Amino acid sequence: MAWFKRQSGELDASGEKKIRTEGLWVKCEGCRQIIWKKDLEENLNVCPKCGKHFRIDARTRLANLFDNGEYETFSDNLASTDPLKFVDLKPYSERLKRAQEETGLTDAVINGRGTLNGRPIVISAMEYSFIGGSMGSVVGEVITRAVEDALASKRPLIIISASGGARMMEGVLSLMQLAKISAALAKLDEARVPYVSVLTDPTTGGVTASFAMLGDLNIAEPGALIGFAGPRVIEQTIRQKLPPGFQRSEFLLEHGMLDAVVHRKEMKGYISRALDFMMPAAS
Amino acid sequence: MKTVDITAVLTGAQLMVSMVETRRSARNGDGLNGNAPAPQELEKIEQQLGNLEALGGQSAEVRKEIYDLRERIIMLRKEISHREAWIKTELARHPQRPYFLDYVEKLFTDFSEIHGDRHYADDPAMVCGMARFHGEEVLVLGTQKGRDMKQKVHRNFGLPNPEGYRKALRAMHIAQKFSRPIFTFVDVTGANPGLGAEERGQAEAIALNLREMARLQVSIITTITGEGGSGGALAIAVSDRVLMMENAVYSVISPEGCASIMWRDATKKELAAEALRITAPDLMELGCIDAIVPEPPGGAHTDPDMAAKLVDEALQRHFSELKKMPAKELVASRYDKFRKMAQYFTEK
Repeated sequence: MAWFKRQSGELDASGEKKIRTEGLWVKCEGCRQIIWKKDLEENLNVCPKCGKHFRIDARTRLANLFDNGEYETFSDNLASTDPLKFVDLKPYSERLKRAQEETGLTDAVINGRGTLNGRPIVISAMEYSFIGGSMGSVVGEVITRAVEDALASKRPLIIISASGGARMMEGVLSLMQLAKISAALAKLDEARVPYVSVLTDPTTGGVTASFAMLGDLNIAEPGALIGFAGPRVIEQTIRQKLPPGFQRSEFLLEHGMLDAVVHRKEMKGYISRALDFMMPAAS
Repeated sequence: MKTVDITAVLTGAQLMVSMVETRRSARNGDGLNGNAPAPQELEKIEQQLGNLEALGGQSAEVRKEIYDLRERIIMLRKEISHREAWIKTELARHPQRPYFLDYVEKLFTDFSEIHGDRHYADDPAMVCGMARFHGEEVLVLGTQKGRDMKQKVHRNFGLPNPEGYRKALRAMHIAQKFSRPIFTFVDVTGANPGLGAEERGQAEAIALNLREMARLQVSIITTITGEGGSGGALAIAVSDRVLMMENAVYSVISPEGCASIMWRDATKKELAAEALRITAPDLMELGCIDAIVPEPPGGAHTDPDMAAKLVDEALQRHFSELKKMPAKELVASRYDKFRKMAQYFTEK
């Protein structure tokens, strides 16, 4: 005979857990250390221990650069019509819908107008979590409109790239966006309106092969993957392991492809400095 | 008497074209593809075309009609077949297909090559040179594949390095300085997946070409003769006229590349080819090219001379149109064309 009786009834699992640690800590992919999330956020999502730059969304990027995090968005109502009716394992229209629900954006870029250290400026920031930041008809058009807005208002333009490249689900239409944006940038160049391209992790494919490399200055965040052909494709083609750090910001800097590699904390200061150089002093 | 005959046939031809157009739009309205009697239409037009061609002594107008009819036939054929995209990809890659230098030999005279990018190297995968087109001084440039193994290695399988794009731009600036029109020819598989190409900045080289071509003060005509592979193709195709040969393909990524990324299976290349819409009729419908150049039956490799003749006709036609435009107008209309291209979105 047992000394204790087992209590009848199942354990109640419906109640909310009182203590939650989930989501409070993150592991840094760079140094494998555990970081308190709040610390990370206060440090602009850069690991306080090893300096690894975490990916951040377009809204955060805009807020980091504009004074007081205030800006006005424009051309934010464009949405793709799935012109090719593209279906791979999933229909493109479904992928679009899901990305729109998850990000609250219509496509992978946000245009903003505001001031940077008091200077009126236009920023276009790409959203990597929207189908890999890929560029289709909408992204191409929205960025072109940012260029045109900068041209019309003579405000300097900053484009923050974060993209896997052209969007395959819009086929050759995506390719044509490269030409469209580059042509618009030729006009901006002729009008001597400053354009600073900021490359963040990752910037590859058609985005690198067009506007991301056409800035008066091309600057990148540390450790960002930047290239045209993807590293896996190159590895498979040449059947060799790629050298460590290949296609990272520092590699590009060393090969003369970037003007500077700038820490996220210093980004605003650097851009402001560059615009002082490029624009007449504010009276 | 003869002139009257031609007029009668011409009207017939125009009627056919409009009939086809009506049928096409009707079908698009239904949202159905391929269940209308397109084959019968095709037969009729082909018959009509035969009559027109048999007339001989063709005036410019009749030639234009013939040209338009041929273009229509290409569009119709595309609708009939469901494997067209992959078949065309294979035709575009056919080892016997005429390459850039074959066209230079057949269409141009007095070709003198311009080598090197003045920075690093000369890229044999991109060939540039001064030439004469029906007696006129022009710049001609294009990507060049090799035929045998030795040539293939020398030409890097037609995949330019950054030096190639930089050489092309340098040559185009020379043409601009001396007000010479530019003819470019595209036959490139895609991005160069090489270590050196990345180290030396192929992305920057392509990007710069896109921007500079957009504001070049001379006329540019591009012919996609085989594969129009993504950025590498576009880097010499920001042009006043982009012509595409009947069996050429133009795409943002190779079907194999797309299949391995989107389907995670490279063998789904046929599906990817269809989905990407890469054939000349597709590009025409999407408004990304200006004209289709017909090929001899079976493809350009079956009769390279005939293929060259058809390219020559098309080039002459577009060249004579562009010659009438002053430089300023050229640049403005080129900008306009690319600005309005590929606008597929809704504004809520």
